[in-house]
Amino acid sequence: MSETNTTNQHVSFLKYQGKYKGLLGWILSTDHKRVGLLYLYTMLVFFSTAAILGLLMKLELIAPGMTIMGPQTYNAMFTVHGIIMIFIIVVPGLPAVFGNFFLPLMIGAKDVAFPRLNLLSWWVYVIGILTVLSSQFIGGWPDTGWTFYAPYSFRTPVNILPALFGAFILGFSSILTGINFIVTMHRMRCPGMTWFKMPLFPWTLYATAWIQVLATPVIGITLLLTVMERVMGVGIFNPAMGGDPILYQHLFWIYSHPAVYIMILPGMGVISEILPVFSRKRIYGYKAIVLSSLAIAFVGYFVWGHHMFTSGMSGRALYAFSFLTFLVAIPSAIKVFNWVSTMYKGSLNLQTPFYWAVSFIFVFMIGGLTGLVLGSLATNVHVHDTHFVVAHFHFIVFGGTGFSFMAALHYWFPKMFGRMYDRTWANTGWVIFFSGFLTLYLPMFYLGILGMPRRYYDYLPEFHGGNIISSLGAIAMIAGILIVFVNLIRSSRHGEKVTEKNPWGGRTLEWQTDTPPTLENWETEPTVTEQPYEYK
Amino acid sequence: MSQEKQHISSYTSHFVVLITLIILTGISVAVTRVEMGPLNTLVAMIIAGAKASVVLAWFMHLKFDNKLFAIFTALVLVIFLLVLYVTFFDYSYR
Ligand SMILES: [Cu+2]
Repeated sequence: MSETNTTNQHVSFLKYQGKYKGLLGWILSTDHKRVGLLYLYTMLVFFSTAAILGLLMKLELIAPGMTIMGPQTYNAMFTVHGIIMIFIIVVPGLPAVFGNFFLPLMIGAKDVAFPRLNLLSWWVYVIGILTVLSSQFIGGWPDTGWTFYAPYSFRTPVNILPALFGAFILGFSSILTGINFIVTMHRMRCPGMTWFKMPLFPWTLYATAWIQVLATPVIGITLLLTVMERVMGVGIFNPAMGGDPILYQHLFWIYSHPAVYIMILPGMGVISEILPVFSRKRIYGYKAIVLSSLAIAFVGYFVWGHHMFTSGMSGRALYAFSFLTFLVAIPSAIKVFNWVSTMYKGSLNLQTPFYWAVSFIFVFMIGGLTGLVLGSLATNVHVHDTHFVVAHFHFIVFGGTGFSFMAALHYWFPKMFGRMYDRTWANTGWVIFFSGFLTLYLPMFYLGILGMPRRYYDYLPEFHGGNIISSLGAIAMIAGILIVFVNLIRSSRHGEKVTEKNPWGGRTLEWQTDTPPTLENWETEPTVTEQPYEYK
Repeated sequence: MSQEKQHISSYTSHFVVLITLIILTGISVAVTRVEMGPLNTLVAMIIAGAKASVVLAWFMHLKFDNKLFAIFTALVLVIFLLVLYVTFFDYSYR
């Protein structure tokens, strides 16, 4: 703590003038808070892009037959929508934005362990995005679906290589973030911050970081093998050359199932932060939440086969994967139980972050319980590759990660920008978004059970009714997103000023420092003496 | 971090590691001539695992470092082995 001359000036990190000015002062900044915001702004742009693609697909499905696009365009749309949403938005998602911004603050550190590596991760991320997008100019948009399944990936006439390489590069960004967080939590906790005094969001980041570091290389290798298959015809996945297309599915899901936990675990951490603050009560079962996070991360490695129940795996493998999938439901249910118990007899403070957090639990439950339908062998065969899967998936990934992201944004917004958003508009946006979300995705469960397959631009006339409701829901949801975004963007510049350190009355460390935080976060290094959620 | 003591390995130990790796490589090439069916893969993996352990323990100093690193590395290997086991649970019963 020798560099006290800069920390004592009380200059917010937003205004701090370093070596570079203007835009360069941001894209070359190694300050974890600025890196977090860089990620946030990048994601805002690409989330909006992919959301519009989603809306266009729903408009195509509003009536049977060709409505606004043909099959090839539709295939490209769901592929690009998937690639952007998965690899660019939800996988980096909460760790890259809120992990970067708040992990050091919450454990009382001045920055992450490797600030330069942190900045590099954002640059790698941008290079990955540009590589994915370059596919538009060299050979057309990919059309295989975001899963790049063999044999589509080596037989499609469009140039799939930029998308594969782009996803490969994005993986490195993820690994860098993971390594950084692990080292930060092992070495940079402030005095008194023992492992079991650490708030729950850092704990879930810790579990996530291990998945990022251990699982991401698998997808990297898999994508490279697909490149080799396509360019050199090595015959690993191509059955005509003695390869095995199911091997591709194994390798792909060995990463991509744990990736679902990269997406959802930090979201669960955010909810575990918000609920005690807005219930004015200590979290119920702190250790159970910590251990269930680690259990989810561990068991989550061994359930990937539930994506392949109809692919032709051996019967015994089917039983094993189905059983393991049911196991992973247990720690998730423990968390839901703990959240609900935290609110029980609490003194509820009904604010926007709380609304987002509670609706998270609601949609996460629907997503989780329909996951059991998919995890059991008999029912899976019936709904496999139908809209049921699409609905389940969006309830978990959009409902889980998306809602918790919005909750986090509304919770930490005053700390990040030193301003408050308009609460009436924020609540209005949430109501419209939430009702739009349910109207969009609930009919898909029904359509799926009736047998409407996913990934087609057209459908039989008997599916028309459900699709009209769903498409109208999409329009409502996009309207909700617009209200939320416009309100937040406007408020980040013109909102009511917040100078109070702790507007919500939180007990964790990030609320003990200036609003917005100074460059090095603390004037004097904080010391922790009690548990993170001690409400008296 | 700087006050932790550094371990400097001798040339002899590096040389022994090199010889061990060369011998193990020789064995893994030679063993391909013995027909053992699916067990060939297992044997190849075991030899490769032994080589990796030698590199990790001596060349990458895991043996002389904080025990925590050794525990984490072991855990990672356990996860890796379990992933392989579960994958082959499909292949061997098809
Ligand atoms: Cu899965």
